[in-house]
Amino acid sequence: MKTRLSPVGDMVLFAAFTGAVLTMPIWLAPVGAGYPDLLQKFAIYGLFATGFNILFGLTGYLSFGHAAFLGVGSYTAVWSFKLLGMNPIPAVLLAIVVSGIFALLIGYVSLRRSGIYFSILTLAFAQMCYNLAYSVLTPITNGETGLRVLETDPRIFDSTTRAEGPLISKLFGFDMTGYPGFYFCAVLLIIGFFVAQRIARSPFGTMLKAVKSNQNRMTYTGLNPRPYTLAAFVISGMYAGLAGALLCITDPLAGAERMQWTASGEVVLMTILGGAGTLLGPILGAGLIKYFENIFSAFNEHTLSSIFSFLPDFLKELAVAISSLFVGEGWQLTLGVLFMLIVIFLPGGIMEGLARIGKLFRRIGRGSDKSHATAPAE
Amino acid sequence: MDEILLQFLNGLDKGGAYALIALGLTLIFGTLGVVNFAHGALFMLGAFCAVSFNLLLSLQKVTVDPTKTTAWGTPLEVRTPYVEAYLGDFGHWILNYSVPVSILLAIPVMLLIGFAMERGLIKHFYTRPHADQILVTFGLAIVLQEIVKSIYGANPIPQVAPDVVSGAADIGAMLGLGAGVIVYPWWRMVYLLFSLVVIAIVFAFLQFTTFGMVVRAGMADRETVGLLGINIERRFTIVFAIAAVVAGLAGVMYTPILPPDYHMGMDFLVLSFVVVVVGGMGSLTGAVSAGFLLGILQSFASMNEVKAIFPGIDQIIIYLVAVVILLVRPRGLMGRKGVMEN
Repeated sequence: MKTRLSPVGDMVLFAAFTGAVLTMPIWLAPVGAGYPDLLQKFAIYGLFATGFNILFGLTGYLSFGHAAFLGVGSYTAVWSFKLLGMNPIPAVLLAIVVSGIFALLIGYVSLRRSGIYFSILTLAFAQMCYNLAYSVLTPITNGETGLRVLETDPRIFDSTTRAEGPLISKLFGFDMTGYPGFYFCAVLLIIGFFVAQRIARSPFGTMLKAVKSNQNRMTYTGLNPRPYTLAAFVISGMYAGLAGALLCITDPLAGAERMQWTASGEVVLMTILGGAGTLLGPILGAGLIKYFENIFSAFNEHTLSSIFSFLPDFLKELAVAISSLFVGEGWQLTLGVLFMLIVIFLPGGIMEGLARIGKLFRRIGRGSDKSHATAPAE
Repeated sequence: MDEILLQFLNGLDKGGAYALIALGLTLIFGTLGVVNFAHGALFMLGAFCAVSFNLLLSLQKVTVDPTKTTAWGTPLEVRTPYVEAYLGDFGHWILNYSVPVSILLAIPVMLLIGFAMERGLIKHFYTRPHADQILVTFGLAIVLQEIVKSIYGANPIPQVAPDVVSGAADIGAMLGLGAGVIVYPWWRMVYLLFSLVVIAIVFAFLQFTTFGMVVRAGMADRETVGLLGINIERRFTIVFAIAAVVAGLAGVMYTPILPPDYHMGMDFLVLSFVVVVVGGMGSLTGAVSAGFLLGILQSFASMNEVKAIFPGIDQIIIYLVAVVILLVRPRGLMGRKGVMEN
């Protein structure tokens, strides 16, 4: 993972990223992903994975319980709708604060241990949150049905405006669904990316990387890693809470299944798939997984047989039979296989793959340019 | 008193399953140093060995009996499973005992799966960081469960215990506490005994055979054993296969208690990891005792009296215990020094 530390490079990266995110509806349309619901998911899970990466990518602490913060953020956002009104801004702020407090509590306890013990501790806390949300905390979480905003809720600030139709979040008169919803998420994703970039480049970020590379050496030099890791944990918890709030802003329903450990596993998959420790990787991974989930799961035998229609009949049947295992209901099989291949062959994720391809091209270019020159010393 | 005894018994069979899975996990971890997140999937595969065996046996031959007619006047179709048609009473017996008999199928199948998994995938991950091992086995678990899902569908497939043990035992009457006070299904008793026997076999194998001695030596100090000229890698492959068999057998026998579906492994995996960590990574006795301990605690926590004092405690007790133990005794109940510490 080579990180260019030049400020200009960072600016260029940030500008390119901003441009790419804002024009997503245009350049993703040809691959069938240009509709707002999916784009919102890209932005939201991109934020979630970016936050997770601040903890896992920089410090190397593998948390298996980040879905808990996603859930806490969601519930907070819906409660903010219920009590304060449908404006997304207080919902976002409250969700960040509340999930930050949760992360502080859980992190303070979990970070006493490292390695697999840390993973198990975070997993245990997340499962506790999930199980409680389903059972005892039903008055707050509305259990299995999921928490939603009702007409009868107080909504102090906008109870006078009785809009028709379903209650959805509104900012300056724009409904937070469709493209306005996407742009709201996109702006927050860009801010989130900027913060993550600043963190990675700051002395604080360097400390986090020191924790990952050699914690013992860090303690020997007289530094206490705990405050740094705790801060990273809280920040990534806040990102998760923000993502959870955005999920509710675009669709005001919070369910407990968001907190299940498989959801925590998903964000780990996203980060690894894209490339842990890189800035863009987690966002790419999140986008890819959500894309597969939406596109591949929509395939059925009919679309498959039209894809393979160029083959002779008996081959077509075979191709359809085999590939139908991997799409539709079985898209998770694709995900599993893809994930295994990435971990086995490309531990650095997609970003490492891109870097390798880039290096290959550079070598080819160099080879043809100065084929007689000796290899330059790296 | 009888209430407590009943909960104690209820906890034991679940504890048996936790203990068996945790035992395999610890074996793999202790010998190969690999954190195997696909172990729950092995449990699930074992359960589906029982399902496949039962399906295979229930293939039916349809004969038309012209002498009898159904209520609609059409000739009665007599459906007899092939096994019963060819083997007669013995076939009927096999069908009845399909769950325990499928152990015979599960052992070679699980050995093969374990062997293939270790040689094909895990072997390449010995030197990689634990995070990579967790991730690749997690991916494998997803793949395995999706394959099972595409073959058997997403719905649970109930399996029945043999008729002899299908009822419930009136433990209360046996112990002189009065009839009907403590009623406990026979099959759970069988499961408990079975898990104890399997645990005993594994321990005896490790304790009293030369092979087991080498494995234990390898767990303690892999390098020295290698220096003595013993091919430790091959032994460890066999250990992995054994662990797979133990998980598989736990799954086979659990089918009458919980109808197997494709994600049953994941549910058990999380709990068994907690069990392993509570017991202490790398300690076999720790894993087994923590399995039973957590199983029993869980069933005590689901007593109404306890729930009245701490609402929701039954949902979180295992995790709560895990958190407390990890913070108070960082190496788990019986963990050794220097295992999994950075």
